[in-house]
Amino acid sequence: MTKNPKPLGKNPVGHPLDDLIRTERIPHIWCSGCGIGTVFSSCLSAIKATEIPYNEFTMVSGIGCSARAAGYIKVDSFHTTHGRAIPFASGIKMAKPDLNVIVFSGDGDLFAIGGNHFIHAARRNMDMTVICVNNLIYGMTGGQVAATTPANAKTTTTPFGNPDAPFNLPLLAYASGASYVARWTILHVRDLTNAINEAIRHRGFSFIEVLAPCPINYGRRNKEKPLDTLKLYRENTIIKNGADPAIADVDFDRGVILGTFINRDRSTCDDMYEATCRRNSED
Amino acid sequence: MKPAVRTGSYYMTGDVACAEGAIAAGCLFFGAYPITPATEVAEHMAERLPDVGGTFIQMEDEIAAIASILGAAWTGVKSMTATSGPGFSLMMENLGLGVCTETPCVIINVQRTGPSTGLPTQTGQGDMMQARWGSHGDYELIALAPSSPQDCFYHTILAFNLSEKYRVPVLVMADEIVGHMSEKVVIPDAKEIKLESRPKPKGRKDRFKLYEPGPNGVAPMPSIGEGYNVHVTGLTHDERGYPAMDTEEQENMLARIKGKIRNNLDDIIHTEEYMMDDADIVIVSYGISTRTGLTAVDEARKLGYKVGLFRLITVWPFPEQKIHEIASRVKGLITIEINLGQVHYEVERCAHGQAETHLVGSAGGKIIHPDKVVSLIKEVFQP
Ligand SMILES: Cc1ncc(C[n+]2csc(CCOP(=O)(O)OP(=O)(O)O)c2C)c(N)n1
Repeated sequence: MTKNPKPLGKNPVGHPLDDLIRTERIPHIWCSGCGIGTVFSSCLSAIKATEIPYNEFTMVSGIGCSARAAGYIKVDSFHTTHGRAIPFASGIKMAKPDLNVIVFSGDGDLFAIGGNHFIHAARRNMDMTVICVNNLIYGMTGGQVAATTPANAKTTTTPFGNPDAPFNLPLLAYASGASYVARWTILHVRDLTNAINEAIRHRGFSFIEVLAPCPINYGRRNKEKPLDTLKLYRENTIIKNGADPAIADVDFDRGVILGTFINRDRSTCDDMYEATCRRNSED
Repeated sequence: MKPAVRTGSYYMTGDVACAEGAIAAGCLFFGAYPITPATEVAEHMAERLPDVGGTFIQMEDEIAAIASILGAAWTGVKSMTATSGPGFSLMMENLGLGVCTETPCVIINVQRTGPSTGLPTQTGQGDMMQARWGSHGDYELIALAPSSPQDCFYHTILAFNLSEKYRVPVLVMADEIVGHMSEKVVIPDAKEIKLESRPKPKGRKDRFKLYEPGPNGVAPMPSIGEGYNVHVTGLTHDERGYPAMDTEEQENMLARIKGKIRNNLDDIIHTEEYMMDDADIVIVSYGISTRTGLTAVDEARKLGYKVGLFRLITVWPFPEQKIHEIASRVKGLITIEINLGQVHYEVERCAHGQAETHLVGSAGGKIIHPDKVVSLIKEVFQP
């Protein structure tokens, strides 16, 4: 039998990230074994590490379990509609370019219903950081197939296995024009935190895919115990910065590539607007 | 930078007048997707906004367009989009987000005939009920209907003023004819244009509640970066803005969203009257159909009928009291609109059997000829 931890005294020791959390909203909705919380705390640690004042940040999310992050972070934060975080965030960025805009959402939100917005924001090199919690499934709605679900995997809407192939997200991001592209798992917390920090400071469209377990809705149906998923993250991944995104499919049998795929300089959408439209209109 | 208000007398289209009205009102962000017959609003905004330090962006679709203007609004700027039928349909979900999060913004709908792709280049007024409740759930918003390019200029300014004052998306329900016709538009001196801006919070930031209503029922609204750490969600939320999954908060939220409109009807509802003093037959009309109505009044008067016109500038919220009161003292009410009965049924509801109600409608595509109205008058009323 395990013992419960001792109750905290009257003045519980604060958590180092408390200043970035709406503590009055805790407990959060995430299930035990879920990876979203780890991505969220990496994101908060990264924000802190940039030493940029908190009120220069804003977080925008769509709808889903991952998207609930916007409700827990203590900066101006927006929980919008399913798939529409990126265009909402684009409006913020273009109206007030000095803000650091972070989009935090799920794979279904960003790549199924919101896929069109993703490719266009990447094409424009909209200066924002997009963090995608990829749990290979629709978590919030109870485990339906996503655009990232592996072929043959069981979900509530693919009871015989997924007949479709998943997206390779780093390749999609790169091909669409993203200027920073990385992938980590929730087991690689330090790398992930550093990557988010780097992505925030990067000028341009930054995309970080984070592989995260959903033991309730994905693991349970695919004979993957919570620990099995973490073992895959440790044993069946290859860290290789600068790898070709074309070979970045999520295929644990072959090995899943992690690291920074792309880090390039390209003019951002707001810079280009300033240079092309505002200056020319003065003539 | 160039001046936002281009004072002078012009010959311009309704679409361009909407754009000039927006810029005169202080609009600094416009996100849209091209669609006939609203494209010229976007084209003019693209040219004008950089002049005044604003931002134009052509988004990838209308869903993105409305999402972008909501996001921009929270940075503290006034924002707008413009569209027509198919694009208006795509905007519905995020229109609801705007209502639920009490985000000020303006949406111009230069109506064409539907359903579906319909008659893309021809007029219609078939989106009036969609304007009322096209997004899911129950709510109130404000919709105005210009009937000339000059109106387009002023009504767009009015739309911004109402949206800022009441923290609500405001729809400008123009139509293809008003949008594309060129007429004289007088743009006054900047100092003659009265502008409203959203109520701003005062007092301690840590005690601030995002949806705590002010005296007129509208909560002050901070902008991103001001240190209020707001959380904005389309989930049912409490006064702090935090998700609250219970029926009591749902009731509170709806009471606020609906109340701020319903309790300020006198300020929000704008109407105009023509020859109403002795009228016993009243034409109710809005937008381009007002012009059909005005001619019909003159023609019917020549035949000895005492006809007047009651014009809705604000269509939503509906001037229920006023229609009820008019119905109590006249023989009949005739609604003219380019659809087969939308606002007409509202008139019927508010007349409440006190007067006959008739519709002069059309399936769309062109303005309704005044003769149709006069024929109806001759058919059913005695002079
Ligand atoms: C327009 C619309 N369609 C469908 C839904 C229902 N819905 C809510 S969340 C979700 C999927 C979420 O999956 P994902 O983005 O992967 O996030 P997760 O919950 O796994 O973190 C869906 C389909 C919705 N809210 N809105």
